Amino acid sequence: MGERNLDNASRLLIKRAALSGIETGYDRLGKQVPQCAFGQLGSCCRICYMGPCRIDPFGEGATKGVCGATADTIVCRNLLREEVGGASSHVGHARHVALTLKKVLEGKASGYGIASREKLLEVAQGLDITVEGKSDREIALQVVDKALEDLSRQDDAPLNWLKLRAPQKEQEMWKSLGILVSNAHNEIEEAMHRSSMGNDADPVNLLLACLRMGLVDGYAGLHMATDLQDIMFGVPKVKKIKANIGVLEKNAVNIAVHGHNPLLSEKILEWAGKLEKEASNAGAKGINVVGVCCTGNELTMRHDVPMAAHNLQSEMVLLTGAVDAMVVDVQCIWPSLAKVAECYATTFITTEPFVKIPGAVHVAFEPESADEEAKKIVSMAIDAFTARKGKEVAIPEEKSSAFVGFSVETIIEVLKKVNEADPLKPVIDNIVNGNIYGAVGIAGCSNIKLRDTFMTERMMEELLRNNVLIVTTGCTAHIAAQAGLLDSAATNDYCGEGLKAVLTALGDAAGLGMPLPPVWHMGACVDNSRIATLLGALAGRLGVKVSQLPVAGSAPELVQEKAVVIGTWLLALGLLVHIAPSPRILGSPVATKVLTKDIEKLTGGKAYVEVDPIKAAQGLMAHIAEKRKALGI
Amino acid sequence: MKELFIAIERCTACKSCEIACAMEHSPFKNLSEAIALSSPKRMVHVEKARSYAYPVMCMHCTHAKCIASCPTGAMRRDSETYAVFVDEGSCNGCKVCTMVCPFGAVTFDMRKRAVVKCDRCRSRSKEGKAPACAEACPTGAITFGEPDEFSKTKRQITAEHIADAVGGASVETLNSNPLDILRKTGGR
Repeated sequence: MGERNLDNASRLLIKRAALSGIETGYDRLGKQVPQCAFGQLGSCCRICYMGPCRIDPFGEGATKGVCGATADTIVCRNLLREEVGGASSHVGHARHVALTLKKVLEGKASGYGIASREKLLEVAQGLDITVEGKSDREIALQVVDKALEDLSRQDDAPLNWLKLRAPQKEQEMWKSLGILVSNAHNEIEEAMHRSSMGNDADPVNLLLACLRMGLVDGYAGLHMATDLQDIMFGVPKVKKIKANIGVLEKNAVNIAVHGHNPLLSEKILEWAGKLEKEASNAGAKGINVVGVCCTGNELTMRHDVPMAAHNLQSEMVLLTGAVDAMVVDVQCIWPSLAKVAECYATTFITTEPFVKIPGAVHVAFEPESADEEAKKIVSMAIDAFTARKGKEVAIPEEKSSAFVGFSVETIIEVLKKVNEADPLKPVIDNIVNGNIYGAVGIAGCSNIKLRDTFMTERMMEELLRNNVLIVTTGCTAHIAAQAGLLDSAATNDYCGEGLKAVLTALGDAAGLGMPLPPVWHMGACVDNSRIATLLGALAGRLGVKVSQLPVAGSAPELVQEKAVVIGTWLLALGLLVHIAPSPRILGSPVATKVLTKDIEKLTGGKAYVEVDPIKAAQGLMAHIAEKRKALGI
Repeated sequence: MKELFIAIERCTACKSCEIACAMEHSPFKNLSEAIALSSPKRMVHVEKARSYAYPVMCMHCTHAKCIASCPTGAMRRDSETYAVFVDEGSCNGCKVCTMVCPFGAVTFDMRKRAVVKCDRCRSRSKEGKAPACAEACPTGAITFGEPDEFSKTKRQITAEHIADAVGGASVETLNSNPLDILRKTGGR
């Protein structure tokens, strides 16, 4: 087998795996292909035990399941269940943070506090909580109550967080479509109920339920998680960090935090600081906490922790042999990691009671005893270092510089330096004059099936050449960071003249002494909320709907159900959503037509599937051109 | 004499043929026992072929090199069904048949220490049933029939395509089933 077309660091480590006889995702993918087209088309139904049933894509064999469900019904039910998987992840994430904050306020979790009083007040006031004459603790308790109300109310009133964060015009649109959502848990229950055997068979009704799930995800998941995390851990600010697997250090205790929820990794980082002396006693040059996947994004944008790897590289980080402990919380944790860790002196630690992996050491992490557990985990890493010390490691040299932490607050702060009274005006002026042709939010995962085409990087470069500003989150942000696209140098290397001029001016205004990077890191995947906030602010300032802006969304390397539901939320907001590979809808003519065409008449958004990076960039630009034309610019 | 035929454009890579094949060739004919008790081996292998998938199996060649090269006479032809099959008891495990097979259809079973290959479901054939793979295929990618019938069907499809083209039906509508769209959108 020839060498794979991969980035240097990944290629080196995949080769090392092969030489050591260690299996990786690439080996397993090889054994999976070709993959079943019924699954890819979405037309395999496993919901009841008269099945499994499959629909013949040629229309000659089975055209219905045993119960009579058509391909349209089957595909739409399956899609809704994917949406539920994604929304449950984000709502669960937000709930964990809310409940932890509650424990903090009740004095039961002394390891945490409130880091941003400003954000607390902003959120509280947005939720119509009276703040005058109240202590921070009292205000925060009311904020938590409002959050928990979104998981418990039975009165059908819209989600508090939707009212807090969704633009007004879109709220009215959703109301008229009958898809305003109330209690996230009820919505999730109803979606599972309606998609179980013998319930909703109307594909369009099921697709509307998908939009509802998108709203649940956006507001009771993403926005709520972002807001509460900002309150607890601080609002991200721009900082310069290093990215790629090369951030591991041979002579330090390397702790890789992996997953999504910062509750754990914040404490690990804190204790890594407190146990430096123990590490040096063990012969280590300090403790090096590095971030993988979205926990990496959370830590890097608040504490300039290096971004070591995106999800697809989670095995590769371990293949260096230099990681002393990999500590994981929730979501996107490959079960194979425990196996790879076994091959080295790496301690692989799971922490969430509902995320256990055979071969892992489990340290149950509870907010009440967070300090104890974090201390224990860091100590385990130091012990593992002692066992590793002197052994051969393979740390790739690749290490790039990246600016991270473009929260909306930070972006506005920079813009205020250009126009104090009307900070969005400079952006709008430059969109109107064409210096900024448009903007695309590129987010999501790193897909093993598309990584060897450099899908994300090629698409980003093509957009930048055409003066399209890019904002990013999630594993996509790791890919962009490794490609150097989050660094100032990329502005000169890739951007068209108009965008280059704007970013240079903004960089000067921000006092950076160099241009702003052309791709703005806005956080973890829950922080797609920040992108929506920015879009809402722009639309609000112009008095238009989000769907009228010359912008689009893209998940160029879809992997997780979470990306499906985020994309659906963006469809509800009125965005063109580019996706690759295709979501599992092609088995249904109705789902394909509604999601890629007809839905535009309802929300203004539509899905767009394209696996070629250049064609995808061109498709996104064609959409931006249409929007510009409609706005008369 | 009926034969197995494969229409590559219809294969969805669902691998139902592989499972049905392995089950048929296990001593148990049901899935749970076959998996739990006999580690069944498939004799058809669905392989990726660019954006297509193809179930590779023995084509039961008229001039079968595997029979000609077998030093022990284990590789034989069934006098009734004309299927090429292995008498596992006489196989010495030399794998010469594996080397000479043009299709990669003869594999080695470590447990049996003998080669295994498609026997076109000899026992089923004798009961008048189609081979398990053809029966399991949900899209008609694998069919069991007379060679003349197969080529007749192909000729008819050809004639209809030409008629459609002359009659003005666009190529897009000719190739617009969901599986083709999936291939074009990068499904693998």
